[in-house]
Amino acid sequence: MEKALKDHAALAEEFIKDEERVDWHDGALWWIRQKRDIAAKNIPEWEALREAASQIKNNVLSNLHDYLLEFEANAQKNGITVHWAADAEEHNAIVYSILKAKDINQLVKSKSMLTEECHLNEYLIERGVDVINSDLGEYIQQLDNEPPSHIVLPCIHKRKEEIGAIFHEHLGTEKGVSDPTTLTRFARRHLRNVFVTRRAALTGVNFAVAETGEYVVCTNEGNADMGAHLSEVQISSMGIEKIIPKKKHLGVFLRLLARSATGQPITIYSSHFRKPRPGQEMHLILVDYGRSRQLGRPDFRDSLKCIRCGACMNTCPVYRKSGGLSYHNTISGPIGAILAPNLDMRKHADLPFASTLCGSCSNVCPVKINIHEQLYKWRQVIVQEGYAANTKVMGIKAMAWTLSSPASYARIGKAGRWVLNNIPFAVNNKFNPWYKQREMPDGSKGSFGEWYAKNGRNEEEGKQPETTQTPDVPLTDMHHER
Amino acid sequence: MTIGLFIPCYVNQFYPQAAIATLQLLRKLGVDVVYPPKQTCCGQPMANSGFEHLTQECNDLFVENFSRFDYIVAPSASCVLHIKDHLHSADDPALADSIRTKTYELVEFLTDVLQVDTLKATFPHKVGLHQSCHGLRGLHLAQMSELNAAPFSKPVRLLNMVEGLELVDLDRPDDCCGFGGTFCVAEEAVSVKMGKDRVQDHQRSGADYITSVDLSCLMHLEGILQRNRSGLKALHIAEILNATH
Repeated sequence: MEKALKDHAALAEEFIKDEERVDWHDGALWWIRQKRDIAAKNIPEWEALREAASQIKNNVLSNLHDYLLEFEANAQKNGITVHWAADAEEHNAIVYSILKAKDINQLVKSKSMLTEECHLNEYLIERGVDVINSDLGEYIQQLDNEPPSHIVLPCIHKRKEEIGAIFHEHLGTEKGVSDPTTLTRFARRHLRNVFVTRRAALTGVNFAVAETGEYVVCTNEGNADMGAHLSEVQISSMGIEKIIPKKKHLGVFLRLLARSATGQPITIYSSHFRKPRPGQEMHLILVDYGRSRQLGRPDFRDSLKCIRCGACMNTCPVYRKSGGLSYHNTISGPIGAILAPNLDMRKHADLPFASTLCGSCSNVCPVKINIHEQLYKWRQVIVQEGYAANTKVMGIKAMAWTLSSPASYARIGKAGRWVLNNIPFAVNNKFNPWYKQREMPDGSKGSFGEWYAKNGRNEEEGKQPETTQTPDVPLTDMHHER
Repeated sequence: MTIGLFIPCYVNQFYPQAAIATLQLLRKLGVDVVYPPKQTCCGQPMANSGFEHLTQECNDLFVENFSRFDYIVAPSASCVLHIKDHLHSADDPALADSIRTKTYELVEFLTDVLQVDTLKATFPHKVGLHQSCHGLRGLHLAQMSELNAAPFSKPVRLLNMVEGLELVDLDRPDDCCGFGGTFCVAEEAVSVKMGKDRVQDHQRSGADYITSVDLSCLMHLEGILQRNRSGLKALHIAEILNATH
């Protein structure tokens, strides 16, 4: 992956070069954020639902071991074969062994971020298994050989004209056709053929109910159902954190999920899978892949509450302006930035810094993950573990030294302002990233500290202050009336 | 009641007029205000960059400068939030705790402590309010659009007391401006794009001024406005609440 060599800032800069695209991308996601707001505000108990979901997930994370065993036992009772995978490699090997045992070399896969994280497609294709993603957005991304840029809207960064060109190249649609309905109909016809010919289907899992051993898959396209119902072998992959204790808890999560994701009251399909049809095999793979390590980090454990709605991406101004692929990780956006360093801190050291810490993510999150606080905490960990760039370390150390002493601060502050006034080209050049597209602040007025030393006390005694400078707005009298 | 005036480092160096307006406004409201001269910085630039472990000296200095006051007031939501969230002292944790609870952002102090309900201020201009994220979602100075909760706004309530002032409606009233501390240089392209989009929202709405409780946001937006030779000006809220024309 060549792209991973560039950090978020560099990839974002490339994305932003096409400003018209950025404006359109930003607008599309903001529109979804607004739909989410309308849906959330139509439910008076919205905030109570978020709190309930957060507490249920808290309970799950505190008792994960027991719930997983309860789920496993009930799923087995229902006739599902349960597998455990410690990491991506083990997960991929299990999928392959299931297919190999049945001599199957074609798989249809509905949306599963976990299998994207595990790079299952590449693994299977290398071993001669043909995989087709059946979620339309993921299908488009697969045709274009790109990872999804958004967990709910995998090709949100692509315009319909670009999708038309991809269809023309790979599926032979007429050149220049970009009407979404026409393209969707074409993709549907193509995928129908895939569904009826595939003997094996793989789905993700949104919620797995410990009490009953069933699991729920939410889609809008019905593609998971189509694949599963026509398959002779159904495989489902889930992260171990997807457990919920009881079936009654589903109501809380299903009400939150689609509203948070797209502003819909509920996903078109919320399908419960409980036991195999006669003659069908059902396999479920419980995957750890770093989750138990994250569970052991008290500051970051709550990231495992995530239900993958993508609301934090839609609201994040950095995500909206920089595009999901700039995060060079399967899960992009704010939630990706707190999950990724757990998997590979060096590779993802830049992600917790790809945020202004504005806090919008934490407040749209349906399970109330304190995302922006975790971003702040990851920054501390990344620096302490030695993954910050050296130039940055030197700069911040100089800053800390300057600011820890009033005398050095006053001297350097004055020097800084002197430089701004007298040799502006020293700072106003292309090596100063501030100045590239912004003017420097005006340093001509003297500091407040200097003004206060001359005038502050006088004013206190009711005397008129000296007017040694001319502020932008006249500082005249104003009375407080009670 | 004696107030320690906390003027953040960059406000002290670049925006003395906002600090002067804060001082004058508080004194005109009958409050005894003292500016401890040996103050520097709250430590936020280091901490947000991942170097919170280097901020102990800033913390100690803050405690030394401000522990004697009844309240500590600053014209900066972001710096106040940093103190409230992260000020700690190895020698005297209880003292640091008490400082954290008595540190206020200016608008919050005027609203919650002084309970100001009239101001004799005049500012006959169209003003767009930029919600600083740390003021909005950190200090909860107003209701954020993310929550399903009753609306309120402390800065709007105060601005509505200013004669002649007309607040304009924005398309995205609480979207971040992209300053973000060292983010503004580390992620220059994203930061500027975010800033440009905020500026455009204010321009579309016909504002003459962008105001905010945070000068860090305004410094960033002003830099963009000036580069583009815009007639739209950035002004800290203290200067508007202290203005007579």
